[in-house]
Amino acid sequence: MKKNKTRNSRVWLSSPYILWIAGFTVIPMIMIFHYALTDKNGGFTFANIAAIFEPIHFKAMVFSVEIALGCTVICILLSYPLVMALRHLHMGKQGFTLFILIIPMWMNFILRVLAWQMILSKNGILNLLLTSLGFEPLSLANTSTAIMIGVVYDYLPYMVLPIFNAIADIDEDIIEAAKDLGANGLAVFCKIIFPLSVPGLLSGIVMVFVPSMTSFVVADILGGGKLQLIGNIIEQEFTKNSDWNLGSGLSVSLMIFVLISMAFTSKEDSKGRRESAIW
Amino acid sequence: MKKRLMYFIAFAALAALCLGFTGCGKKGNNGTLTIFNYGEYMDMEVLDMFTEETGIKVLYEEALTPEEMYTKYKYGAIEYDLLCTSEYMLQRLMSEGELQPIDIGDMEYSGNIGERYWEFARSFDPENKYVVPYFWGTVGILYDEDKVNAPVDSWDVLFNGEYKDEIIMMKSMRDSYMVALKYLGYSLNTENEDEIMEAHNLLLKQKPDVQAYLVDEARDELVAGNAAMAVIYSGEAYLGRQYGLENGRNLRYVIPKEGSNVWLDCFAVTKHCDDMDAAQKFLDFLCREDVAMMNFEYIYYSTPNEAVIEELSDEERADEALVPSDDAMDNCEVYTMTNTETTEMMNRLWKELGAE
Repeated sequence: MKKNKTRNSRVWLSSPYILWIAGFTVIPMIMIFHYALTDKNGGFTFANIAAIFEPIHFKAMVFSVEIALGCTVICILLSYPLVMALRHLHMGKQGFTLFILIIPMWMNFILRVLAWQMILSKNGILNLLLTSLGFEPLSLANTSTAIMIGVVYDYLPYMVLPIFNAIADIDEDIIEAAKDLGANGLAVFCKIIFPLSVPGLLSGIVMVFVPSMTSFVVADILGGGKLQLIGNIIEQEFTKNSDWNLGSGLSVSLMIFVLISMAFTSKEDSKGRRESAIW
Repeated sequence: MKKRLMYFIAFAALAALCLGFTGCGKKGNNGTLTIFNYGEYMDMEVLDMFTEETGIKVLYEEALTPEEMYTKYKYGAIEYDLLCTSEYMLQRLMSEGELQPIDIGDMEYSGNIGERYWEFARSFDPENKYVVPYFWGTVGILYDEDKVNAPVDSWDVLFNGEYKDEIIMMKSMRDSYMVALKYLGYSLNTENEDEIMEAHNLLLKQKPDVQAYLVDEARDELVAGNAAMAVIYSGEAYLGRQYGLENGRNLRYVIPKEGSNVWLDCFAVTKHCDDMDAAQKFLDFLCREDVAMMNFEYIYYSTPNEAVIEELSDEERADEALVPSDDAMDNCEVYTMTNTETTEMMNRLWKELGAE
């Protein structure tokens, strides 16, 4: 009885959170679904959600998936060597390196993307550097490569940190034991470090794949308005064409897609390992 | 326990609902005006001056494009008293009954606005009842003289493939189609599907040659030397040339001979305004020479205020970007609202162009 009472009073602590969820997640979601499932005159329809299969939307969706997959893979490939190097550093140096990695996140996201625009533009810093070293200038500005560079730069810390946390937790004794039993570096990585880092990797994937797929600011700034992700199309439907129904319909399809891809990562997970961040 | 939780959720939902609607709960009808304008389109000191002189408080909001403004006005939680937008959007608002008539004859300084501009406004406000001209200008090409082979005088340079990857187009639907339509010799207000399709195909063909589609950054890209030419608003062009000179670039603005768009941004009073007197005071204030001069020196778009034009130096008055000549204006047209089918078709094609 007494125990019940203390639990009861603690429920109050969650009220800001419940308020937050209700006001900024549940109600907006209900509104989005309402818009998505109605047409301009308020009648019920699935057309807005099915609109994702129209060639223009589908193309943007495929491009978004390409960018998100590419970004995720590149982030993973960049993260593991970094984390492995970090693991062998002393505490102080380790903290400092992580600190360096996190510092850019203190700056506004848009400013960082604008900085990349300055670097990659035709007369930008990169080309200035290349020509002064006697190389041919590159035309990276307003290409999908530029968008990729932008998203990788922005989301890399979200991949490094969870993987680092997972790997830092690994007991040194386990690795010693493996080495005693004759495992070489590669075997240690494949059989011990990598499997134990999977929970971190999965939350890293969630934190990188989803935002890089749904972002539109990077594509807007670094793509020069020539390339469109599905996020750009949704933004346009809301702000320019004032077709909130179609915009919401496309958002819902995007949400469904994200949920499906997340279910995929959680399936990998259900073989007795720790759960991923979302489910 | 469970009951409590339910109570919480209900409370939270209610609180959130209240939070969402505070925007339209209060409405300042005693001495407050809510004004909606484009970004960087007014010297903020002007607003302080107005409050000081009249005691009327001003709330100020900004948007980037006419379309965005319309969406915010129509679906947003704020009720705007006054707004400044472009002619075709004003026409749309007018046709939807969103605007209140203004007694222009009653305004002390309305005579400062030249007759020519009232006539402009009549193209969409036939009786000069709803809008007061604020700034106007043209759309043209800003180009770098050192990067072109011959002086530019035609839209042709954007389509002949000579300047691959050196062109910046406008990331604005009507302005982009305007360029293609004018180049093909059609009216920029055409509702003929074949003509629009022809313009669309031209833009599609042009896309590989285009470096980027921008609005506000176009000027800076030219100043930085990243492109040879850009489709641009005249006011931006004027500033672009000034900045260009500082950076050692010879930028020139030209209104192509095939004609272009002449645009007129006006202030209008919405149906939400309860205090017509205050609104009219504000409009009158904007027409006053010293205020119009402050805004002109802040924005550097063409002003319809003849009292300000008289004050300009000869050099400034001869500047095509600041005061377009009558010759250049010959083939220029004002945008009018196209019918719904045309608007929807253009929206669809524009999206297709973006996705290509």
